[in-house]
Amino acid sequence: MAKLTVERLKKQFGTSIAVDELTLEVAQGEMVALLGPSGCGKTTTLRMIAGFVAPTSGRMLLGGNDITRVPPHVRETGLVFQSYALFPHMTVAENVGFGLEMRGVSRAQRGPLIAEALGLVRLSHLADRFPKQMSGGQQQRVALARALAISPKLFLLDEPLSNLDAKLRAEVRTEIRSLQQRLGLTTLIVTHDREEALTMADRLVVMEGGRVRQVGSARELYEEPRDAFVAEFVGRCNLLPATREDDERVRTRGGLLLSSRRRADESSSASTLAIRPERIAIEPGHHAEIKGQLEAVTYLGAHTEYQVLLGESERVVVTRPTPVRDDPMLSVRTNDPVSLTWDTEAPRLIPETAKD
Amino acid sequence: MSEEALRGLVSSRSMSRGFPRLGRFIFAECVAGAYLLVFAPVAMIVLISFFAQEIVSFPANGLTLHWYANAWARPEFSRGLLTSVQVAMATTAIGVPLGVAAAIPLVRSRFPAKAGINVLLLAPLALPGVVTGAGIYMMYVAAENVLDTDIKGTMVGLVAAHTMLTIPWTVRLVVASLQGLDEAIEEAAANLGAGPFTVFRRITLPMMRPGIVAAAMFSFIQSFENLDLTLLLVGPGRITLPVAMLNYLEFRMDPTLAAVATAQIVLVGALMLVTDRFVKLSRIV
Repeated sequence: MAKLTVERLKKQFGTSIAVDELTLEVAQGEMVALLGPSGCGKTTTLRMIAGFVAPTSGRMLLGGNDITRVPPHVRETGLVFQSYALFPHMTVAENVGFGLEMRGVSRAQRGPLIAEALGLVRLSHLADRFPKQMSGGQQQRVALARALAISPKLFLLDEPLSNLDAKLRAEVRTEIRSLQQRLGLTTLIVTHDREEALTMADRLVVMEGGRVRQVGSARELYEEPRDAFVAEFVGRCNLLPATREDDERVRTRGGLLLSSRRRADESSSASTLAIRPERIAIEPGHHAEIKGQLEAVTYLGAHTEYQVLLGESERVVVTRPTPVRDDPMLSVRTNDPVSLTWDTEAPRLIPETAKD
Repeated sequence: MSEEALRGLVSSRSMSRGFPRLGRFIFAECVAGAYLLVFAPVAMIVLISFFAQEIVSFPANGLTLHWYANAWARPEFSRGLLTSVQVAMATTAIGVPLGVAAAIPLVRSRFPAKAGINVLLLAPLALPGVVTGAGIYMMYVAAENVLDTDIKGTMVGLVAAHTMLTIPWTVRLVVASLQGLDEAIEEAAANLGAGPFTVFRRITLPMMRPGIVAAAMFSFIQSFENLDLTLLLVGPGRITLPVAMLNYLEFRMDPTLAAVATAQIVLVGALMLVTDRFVKLSRIV
């Protein structure tokens, strides 16, 4: 395993810039997620690292060696595709052994290595099957084994869970993460699914429009988003256009004064109040400072979601554990008055788009 | 197929529930009619080949294998069969690799004249065989004058013309099989250490196999059965089976031809069955 360094990587297709001066580092044994909406350049970045797309400029180093101009088949990366991309005319064992065969490993020596790789994903008993005889989850695990069998310097995952159903997704996700940690794999995963990224990666890189918006741990991105895009992309978030009134309060565009303590790192261009729905407390009546009217209640099982109208036109969403028994929120109906409170540290005033 | 079975087939598949009874009935009749149109001529030829009388009339005066014996005994048919098989095999062996080579860039590369070349490659499908045959004949005559060697009436000339005839089929079938191929699979092979040529040999080619097998079969049948284009290009001693049959028809109209045709149907049918064991033809064509 080796460290990956990407320096000012750029890809231009005609006049459109897919990836713009991207700089990134994945430490040895670290798992980094490239997260962003479709078209943000994350897949192009991965394909440049794997060698399938030639960068317009910039360079890539793997274990200290410049791989920018190295063809894909000598890069020694292990890539797992969204579509599994198993060889349909080969058995599972032949699929897993293909990379070893290409490295000149003899048939006799391949056997134990194939068995070991299949053992990692608990599929040793299906070695003689053909891909089409297996479920999607099994196929994706074969793809993992196939990529791991060559002991790659870098493990690359391209939306590896998108084609799986919800239950399998959670299963394979756990499997990938535990393999990655057990084997100390330097890993880069591309995904548009924030839950996937938040639960699997040590660090996340949020991308949009070919640029990096923010790099950080899941907690940092969720708790301290640099701008409104990141705040909303990594989780549900109330975003209200607002300006700083004083150190303790902001004024929304609708004229409401809301409590929000100024932070040392607050940007002067900050113009959006961001607060997570679960950081807001809601109670019936107009007894607290922030008064509103309940517009809608959505029961989500463990949680219940309340949509509240503040003042004339500003709406916030509040989530909390579903009320039970004597909870006063049980009797609240649509159009009833409600009040909101939050810790003055909970909201953040952030820019619409962070500038570097 | 019985009408009940047909109706069952029709109603259980494409027809939605609540479809009016009359409509369903008409649809079933249409399906039955279509099957009849396809199979009746074949059935009739097979039937007539066993009729005892020389001039075909119904009902049969009796059944006989005489016409098969007659067909076997006449040298023009056995020689024609041999020539046709040779031409068809040579055509397939040359045309399929050429067609595959032509198909790959049509799917994988981008170049300016691509759409135009695509249309041109299909042109032989649209032209009447006699027109193409006449064109090729004239070209051969011109070429013979320049090169001072025989082309028309030779095996080489015939195979070259048939190859041209079969390439559109190969290109179509191979393009279809390539378009359904996930390029990520080839990338996966490259990622695992396979160079471009190895990827083609170990991954792309095996995955194109169904299309290639189908193309080979179609090429063989196209060449084997071709009459109109061949008519102008055969020479003495190089008569193909369909041309031999036409020649025979000029003098006699007994069921010998039906016997030859039946043998041909059996041969082609067997070829399809064998092919189908390797690739499910119904999935490709």
